[in-house]
Amino acid sequence: MHHHYQKSLSYKIFAIFNYVLLTVIALLCILPLIHILAVSFSGSAAATANLVGLWPVDFTIDAYEKTIGNENFLRSLWNSFLRVILGTVISMAVMLCAAYPLSKSDKAFHGRKIYMWFFVFTMLFHGGLVPTYMVVTKLGLMDTIWALILPSAVSSFNLILLVNFFRTSVPKSLEEAALMDGANHFTIFWKIYLPISIPAIATISLFTMVFHWNSWFDGMIYMSDVKHYPLSTFLQTIIVQQDFTKMSVDAETMKNLSERTVKAAQIFIAALPMLVVYPFVQRFFVKGIVLGAEKE
Amino acid sequence: MQPAVDLKGQTAAVEVRKQRKWRGTWQLHAMLLPAIVIVFIFQYIPMVGLVMAFQDYEPWLGFLHSPWVGLEHFKTMFEYEDARQVIWNTFVISTLKIIFNLGVPLAFALLLNEIYVVKFKRTVQTIVYLPHFLSWVILGGILIDMLSPEGGMVNRMLSLFGMDSIFFLGDNDWFRTVVVVTDVWKECGFNTIVFLAALTSINPSLYEAAIVDGANRWQQTIYITLPSMLPIIIVVGTLSLGNILNAGFDQILNLYNPLVYKTGDIIDTYVYRVGLLNGDFSYATAVGLFKSIISFMLVVTGYRLAYKYANYKIF
Repeated sequence: MHHHYQKSLSYKIFAIFNYVLLTVIALLCILPLIHILAVSFSGSAAATANLVGLWPVDFTIDAYEKTIGNENFLRSLWNSFLRVILGTVISMAVMLCAAYPLSKSDKAFHGRKIYMWFFVFTMLFHGGLVPTYMVVTKLGLMDTIWALILPSAVSSFNLILLVNFFRTSVPKSLEEAALMDGANHFTIFWKIYLPISIPAIATISLFTMVFHWNSWFDGMIYMSDVKHYPLSTFLQTIIVQQDFTKMSVDAETMKNLSERTVKAAQIFIAALPMLVVYPFVQRFFVKGIVLGAEKE
Repeated sequence: MQPAVDLKGQTAAVEVRKQRKWRGTWQLHAMLLPAIVIVFIFQYIPMVGLVMAFQDYEPWLGFLHSPWVGLEHFKTMFEYEDARQVIWNTFVISTLKIIFNLGVPLAFALLLNEIYVVKFKRTVQTIVYLPHFLSWVILGGILIDMLSPEGGMVNRMLSLFGMDSIFFLGDNDWFRTVVVVTDVWKECGFNTIVFLAALTSINPSLYEAAIVDGANRWQQTIYITLPSMLPIIIVVGTLSLGNILNAGFDQILNLYNPLVYKTGDIIDTYVYRVGLLNGDFSYATAVGLFKSIISFMLVVTGYRLAYKYANYKIF
């Protein structure tokens, strides 16, 4: 595709400048991670002496061995894994069930509007941190995985995305034919809506998985025992806050954990699932975002 | 005779239809139930809990027996130097973020749109989306390392140019800049998505006509591209109004420290420290409620403006 204006000298100069600028921007986004990766594979002494740039110095996998050897780290990895799976399954089940009735017309389902507002209002107004915290504690959810899963199980935004998808993608004729044949709503939902909506279900599931993998604050306020921390919370405590008081670790482990290379290794391991998944996920995300912005 | 029978048949049919309708709709209500229960418990009950803001809440007395103090906590908030500073910080940081998170991605989308080598364009897009998917815990860990005054990457670069090292995360003159720049860095790529989508939907015949008229690319951008994108710019801009009191809790909690409370402490982090760490439930709730109310008004205004000027509807 060549346009007339592309032949002008000033446009050519702009084009070169543009390629350079965009390359620099892309590098700015990826170099910090490469630096961390390089540090994680470097010798401890070299890292502490600030000798590592974008390539490992005194290559070693020592930091990864120390990380894997730390049972606190492994346990929190397992907690995160559990949280992602359980959280996503529950969240999707609840939201899909709710999206089906909400996708009906106002005529077919009286009260749809009221229900819709019930959910949308939560996007506009919140009880805030302290009251939410008190509800979760009063329900006895402290130190259980449910404190990490239930409060965020219904995201009104994702719910609306699902509703809009159902409304625009499921052929009404198919549904009416099934109703004629005497099928009830559960059957229609299960046999017609779900199979058609697999792309949307995949998209929103990925949204939810990323959310759960990255969440850390709820783990910090609702888990009093480090044993229950998900990985993000664990890393927040030892890398960002550098707080070891909650962990019953010996001096040796503590020294290991505060090594720069070990920190880098832990950061990289936590980032890895996102690095692997996101190039595949991004086009779904793009669809979801555009869906969210341009729907009628 | 004949009509009566018909009538009977009709009423019977209506009855059957009504029954069938209810038979159908109870299932619809039932399917909503789990979501309703969860949202009611975790979203609506906390809203009731906001009454704490008007009490001196004591855990052992509960909501029913804690003494009422009216607007006492709100008064304290406005008299208290710390709280006023926190509200101001929130406002400054979020306003800067809103402006740059609109302008930078827009410029970036326009630049990307001038790239005709598809592979290069795709690669750049994929790379710049990356930071969006990483949490502030991970990015916080990376930034604390890279911005460290003792041999962090950035300061090492500065020293190459003969500059003194800067304690970016511990200096009140720098903290807000770091917060805004790193936020734009994290979200810029992702925020271009909507703009890129809008760019592809501009009618090509507009450009063809402009080229016939002898317009160069810059003139095309000014007279065609930007006006065509105005609706989406308005939508993004008005909807971000609701974020004026959201300065980025996750980010700041991972980057700040007591040295930079003066410029970096925001309403959310303040509520967290005062409420959950110091246990001053009522006062923290009052500050949170103040934020929720202002945010609510701004969100509603934002939606209204987006609807009025760009015909945007959320559902």
